[in-house]
Amino acid sequence: MCLAVPARVLEIEREKAVVELGGLRRHANTALVPSLKVGDYVLLHAGFAIQVLDQAQAKETLDLLAEMAQEEA
Amino acid sequence: MKFVSEFRDPSLAGALAERIRRWDGPPVKAMEVCGTHTVAIFRHGIAALLPPEVTILSGPGCPVCVTPNAEIDKAIALANRHDVVLATFGDMMKVPGSYSSLSEAKAGGADIRVVYSPQEALGMAEGNPRKAVVFFGIGFETTSPTTAFCVLEAERRGIKNFFFLSAHKVIPPAMKALLDSGEVNIDGFICPGHVSTIIGSRPYEFIPREYGIPCVIAGFEPVDILQAIAMLLDMRAAGKAEVAIQYSRAVRPEGNPVALETVNRAFQEVDAEWRGLGGIPASGLKLAKALKGFDAELHWDIRPGPSREIEGCRCGEVLRGVYTPSECLLFGSGCTPEHPVGPCMVSSEGTCSAWFLYRPSDQADAAG
Repeated sequence: MCLAVPARVLEIEREKAVVELGGLRRHANTALVPSLKVGDYVLLHAGFAIQVLDQAQAKETLDLLAEMAQEEA
Repeated sequence: MKFVSEFRDPSLAGALAERIRRWDGPPVKAMEVCGTHTVAIFRHGIAALLPPEVTILSGPGCPVCVTPNAEIDKAIALANRHDVVLATFGDMMKVPGSYSSLSEAKAGGADIRVVYSPQEALGMAEGNPRKAVVFFGIGFETTSPTTAFCVLEAERRGIKNFFFLSAHKVIPPAMKALLDSGEVNIDGFICPGHVSTIIGSRPYEFIPREYGIPCVIAGFEPVDILQAIAMLLDMRAAGKAEVAIQYSRAVRPEGNPVALETVNRAFQEVDAEWRGLGGIPASGLKLAKALKGFDAELHWDIRPGPSREIEGCRCGEVLRGVYTPSECLLFGSGCTPEHPVGPCMVSSEGTCSAWFLYRPSDQADAAG
């Protein structure tokens, strides 16, 4: 039930956004993430954006893992 | 960055699995408490990558599974009123109550509608001014901000025929109850990533502090889950216990303050009954006093009659991590996804359903 999926924000109008999800356009309520910007990725759950995804953090995690994978190899 | 495919990279997953397989410490039992983790772990075959010393248990992470029959009976009793439209999430429909499920009540003529978002229920109330629309809200902290928003919106827009029946629950008190029961030895928690996008990492801090057990907040892709397990093992090896965030792209220590504020305005914490775990203090959410005009339980005198449990069903033990599904006599014979008996088999996120669908039988025997 706590499934939430990453979606990219295409347009924002007041407390609503149009997001792209697997090639489809969907509406998302943005009241819970007021700082949202076009181009951000959000987690979408039950029609609401519940959190903004952090690109820098994601990259940091992946870089760290890639380094570890190289050591393992 | 697509935020999905990168975290399914087989080379990263392979390297993590290799690292985990080198574990040479004492056996480690980690518990996850999120239905989405249960499904992800089984679907991606994570268990098969782990050495025998490292096992993952599923705890009470499926909201529809932990909803006791009495709550479902209340929803059905309401739905059977001719003046009521009951709206709820699809996951709830097939879960058996004491005498029937919402699906069966719908087949019997009750006006029950499945919604993807609680906002749809608000729209229904506006479109059906002569009916009372009751939203049956269930789910953990990921979901409660969305339903909280809708009740506050109903108040703001003066929608008088919208009502709310809450079976919402919060997860950290259930983790505490499990630890206090002493029934299962847990060496680490894989904490629910999406719940934590809302509540952050702080509500779990009592677990390392008071119980000495490490926690890792994990995402849902294979690399996320494997990294979380590796992080738990690292902490065990170093004799450290803290709350670490693996899912850092989505989870901040403070969570989502706007969502938390929305929940705090709409709901109050109450003691709640959990299937399998019994009563747990401050583990449920009911509408705040200021919103009591929207509370279905106050608006109607709902008396569904005494609830009863399903004979032979071991969902309660499965939810506590005491039984694996294959230790239930009904599993796979009397209880299958086609003909489910208990909620853990009905729900697609239930542990029994995930075992039945994804776990090869030789593995089940080895682990059982």
